[in-house]
Amino acid sequence: MHEMGIALQIIDIATAAIPPGMQGCRVERVNLRIGKLSAVVVGNLNFCLEIATRDTPLAEAAFSIEEIPVVAQCRECGHEWQVAQAVFKCPECGSGNLEMISGRELDVVSIDVEEQVGSQVQK
Amino acid sequence: MEVKVVRNVLDVNAKMAAENRRFFAENGVFVLNVMSSPGSGKTTILEKTLNRLMPEIQSAVIVGDICTTNDADRLSVSGAPVVQINTDEFGGDCHLAAHVIENAARQIDLAGLDLLIVENVGNLVCPAEFDIGEDARVVVLSVAEGEDKSVKYPLMFRECQACLLNKTDLLPYLDYDLEKAREYIDQVHPGMPVFETSAKTGEGLDSWVAWIRDRVADKAGLRQQA
Repeated sequence: MHEMGIALQIIDIATAAIPPGMQGCRVERVNLRIGKLSAVVVGNLNFCLEIATRDTPLAEAAFSIEEIPVVAQCRECGHEWQVAQAVFKCPECGSGNLEMISGRELDVVSIDVEEQVGSQVQK
Repeated sequence: MEVKVVRNVLDVNAKMAAENRRFFAENGVFVLNVMSSPGSGKTTILEKTLNRLMPEIQSAVIVGDICTTNDADRLSVSGAPVVQINTDEFGGDCHLAAHVIENAARQIDLAGLDLLIVENVGNLVCPAEFDIGEDARVVVLSVAEGEDKSVKYPLMFRECQACLLNKTDLLPYLDYDLEKAREYIDQVHPGMPVFETSAKTGEGLDSWVAWIRDRVADKAGLRQQA
């Protein structure tokens, strides 16, 4: 439901990551990592990104979203498994004392910036 | 050219929430984030809860709604200071973010306060994603909503430390399987305390209020040690 806010935040982060000296270059791709347990609907996010990137350096960027499965590890027996059907109990020993390994990600991992002739990255 | 970023999209909110948490800790105030779908009975629960806590436990409320001050009007009868946040007049935001709580908390005198309750916008999805700097999160579910809400909205139930199953006075009129509802909640968040309450009759509220008292006392104890 708050995908537009998330989209705007992604655009801010990706725009801020364009290296000095490459301002004005086109961002070709934004690589995102989204956990299956995060409250984001990928289809809605893509729709919002398409609208919100207009007139920004990300206007033509492709958004590549890697969906991360929900993985838990049992603190009692050490068993690690992929959680399905919202059952947060160890299938081996039945314990609910879990360490969540993945599934809550909502990260901008990297951006691919078009290299233009004459553009220089300032170190 | 690939540029590494690796930033959480909500890091600005997380940073603000950490500042809120520090600010609340300095004042020794226990902050409770109450979430639910619309119409679960949150406001009535809070009215009755405040009646039982005040004035012994000095409380204040931040209440979030898209529109109207109806909830604030009801809650201020208890004598607790209430700050109403309207996320927007028509439409509006689906959750309270950390910066909104920061602004609202500045309108309250935190010195001498023991408990700050945040009544979040009625929604089982988005509020679960946003840290506001609270100490504990609770979810209210009414028995009129169906047994399987916890497995349909697992993030909310994973993120909370307690659940209230409210409107139990309606059980005689509903085909509601209370055991099944408890099973589902335990499947999503094993061991989480579940309080069966009727805000209307007051049944079950005592153990819920005791749960809050324990936590407020723990936080106040930390304040005295510091």
